[in-house]
Amino acid sequence: MSKAAFRGGVHPPEHKEATAAAAIEWMPVPARLVVPMSQHLGAPCAPIVAAGDRVRRGDVIGSVDAMVSAPVHSPVNGEVASIGVCLTTGGMRVPCVTITPDAEQDLETFVPVPEGDVRATVRAAGIVGLGGATFPSAVKLSPPKGVSVETVIMNGCECEPYLTCDHRLMVESPERVIAGARIMAETIGASRVVIGVEENKPDAIAALRAAAGDGIEVHSLVTRYPQGAEKQLIWAFLKSEVPHGKLPAAAGALVHNVATAAAIADAVELRKPLMERVVTVTGRVKRPGNYRVLLGTLVSDLIEHAGGFSGEVARVVAGGPMTGPALADLEVPITKGTSGIVVLGPDEIAPLVEGDQPCIRCGRCSEGCPMFLQPFAIANHANRRDWKTAELFHPVDCIECGVCSYVCPTRRPLLQLIRLAKAAAMSKGAKL
Amino acid sequence: MTEHKEQTEQLSVASSPHIAASESCTSIMLWVVAALAPAAIWSMISIGLPAVQVYVLCIGSVLGTEAAWNAIAKKPQTLLDGSALVTGVLLAMCMPPMLPWWMSVAAGFIAIALGKLIFGGLGWNLFNPALVGRAFVLLSWAGVLSTLPDKGWFRTIDVEATGGLDAISGATRLAVAAADRAASGGYGFDLAAQYQPLLWRNLQGSLGEVSAALLILGGVVLLVKGIIDWRIPVGYIGTMGLLSWAFGSDPIFNVLAGGVLLGAFFMATDYVSSPMTKNGRLIYGIGCGVFNAVGRFYGPAPESTTFAILFMNGLAPLIDKMFVPRTFGWVKRDEE
Repeated sequence: MSKAAFRGGVHPPEHKEATAAAAIEWMPVPARLVVPMSQHLGAPCAPIVAAGDRVRRGDVIGSVDAMVSAPVHSPVNGEVASIGVCLTTGGMRVPCVTITPDAEQDLETFVPVPEGDVRATVRAAGIVGLGGATFPSAVKLSPPKGVSVETVIMNGCECEPYLTCDHRLMVESPERVIAGARIMAETIGASRVVIGVEENKPDAIAALRAAAGDGIEVHSLVTRYPQGAEKQLIWAFLKSEVPHGKLPAAAGALVHNVATAAAIADAVELRKPLMERVVTVTGRVKRPGNYRVLLGTLVSDLIEHAGGFSGEVARVVAGGPMTGPALADLEVPITKGTSGIVVLGPDEIAPLVEGDQPCIRCGRCSEGCPMFLQPFAIANHANRRDWKTAELFHPVDCIECGVCSYVCPTRRPLLQLIRLAKAAAMSKGAKL
Repeated sequence: MTEHKEQTEQLSVASSPHIAASESCTSIMLWVVAALAPAAIWSMISIGLPAVQVYVLCIGSVLGTEAAWNAIAKKPQTLLDGSALVTGVLLAMCMPPMLPWWMSVAAGFIAIALGKLIFGGLGWNLFNPALVGRAFVLLSWAGVLSTLPDKGWFRTIDVEATGGLDAISGATRLAVAAADRAASGGYGFDLAAQYQPLLWRNLQGSLGEVSAALLILGGVVLLVKGIIDWRIPVGYIGTMGLLSWAFGSDPIFNVLAGGVLLGAFFMATDYVSSPMTKNGRLIYGIGCGVFNAVGRFYGPAPESTTFAILFMNGLAPLIDKMFVPRTFGWVKRDEE
């Protein structure tokens, strides 16, 4: 029996069949790596290497002394070609270190993370939320004083259409996910570990159940987007709402993506820093698959490795099509948060609508909103730049899942308008 | 690499989400028309050319007015969104078959111009445009409709074309029932015996009242497709039946007769003029039922569907304000 998930949401066509059965395979080391110094939420790192320096796989090449941050490591043995600025998948310009890898690489060896306790290790390994949020994991493992977290929730939902990187990881390395979950639960003193996987991945559920020992529950959840959103996932298990303005810890839960758990297990048990990740390359490419990609690999190189485009291409999305940014330039690097490269054709993308389309008051956006917002109301007020009234409808609570825009029959850019209202409210001091 | 460069130039960039549901405004409107089609076609078959004339003129007038309005105001054409077509079909279905041609045209013009366009077009109107058209006809020519003088501007449809169906100009079952009730407090005929003709072939009444069964079929299609919310028809029809029973009449007869089914499934559920919140929709449906029933049994005329829905249309924005949902996470917590 799958658990009833949450109120709202949608079930878009999954489009996972092209890569769901494709085993993870290494993408060969590309001719150059462009490693951004900001691959996480929080303070960007500063490069600590200079052009011409020799770097080894696992060497720290960027760091910063700030609480919310994560150091960046060299994914290869090679030479620093230059220190510069690069464009990210999100369209930001950030400092980067460009590395020319040696011709001969041994990806099995690396410079180990210095010995330390779990939190120090996770931080030194540069681990961030690999589901896409990229929040530094060590920070999440340090809940505020006086807050007790009883439940660690592993997020294996992968509710975004097209993406299968977490799916394959759960099928191929369930023991890494379980090991990471145990480490986290022990570190924060949680008594319960649950793993939530959408029911469209029965093989992943079976693999995790086989690997899970005592005290770890693997649950099948109804396939419904955005089941993997943090607050909705907590509700599915604990029937408890994270209070407005509070961290999940306030609901007694800590949520981590399954890939993050595996990375934490690698860091603690193998002293391995975060230098690569699994990326689903799918859609209109000749060889769709799940590739283990070195951080800093250019999207253009990855697409080329996946056989290049097939057919007419209209949009390339970094991540899933519901939340990922569209790429204007393919010369951007894969970073810690890039879960997929989804290549869409002109007939697959949301139609571009000209002019101001009317709201026909059908109510689909409110019915679908997993935060119980009234997207039409926020958007209507935002559309006339009435930020004050828009704020009354709680735009800051929007999790930007995109359900409202997805279901709107007149294709109003609801989420985009809500983002404006959210930014306006936050600029006046409203807190998330 | 150069191949990618070329293709990069073709890439379009937009804010997420990058995919959209297949349902569009036009597809929804066409489903409504499809759901109305069996009842509409059956009314044309049953009544013949006079009915066809009303459909053609009402739809033509509605579409023509909207097209002309857009052209004069230099606005983009909006006929393809399908909503004007729905208005035209619904308007015809709430008109009597023996309507002079110019009344059909006038009703269409008023429905779309005063019901929708002057508010700013689709999405901005407070009232259901088709019902605005019907209310206009009811108020302007109430007496005329019951006793159509067959001369000059009031020349009705050629009686020959009706194939001698003089029944269609007779009083409706509802009117007879109301007259009986007013005179004696009881009914001069068996209401239960009227179920079958009301379900399958009722020629006394508006074009949309010819077959209650086909209206229910269309309503069920819209419910199954998720296009309308069950709360409005269930609240409306349930209340209508319950109050009819409470007022000492036959609930089934009162649901099948008059415009209740057409109103509950197709008029009150109009997105633009109904509430958007779930609880609001239930209250709104119940309100439609209350005003329809009270109007039928205690109002000046038994046909109270039009004004019941129009009245609730006016309340819809206020109802929505009463039921703004609680945002997820805005929970009342004990101070710790």
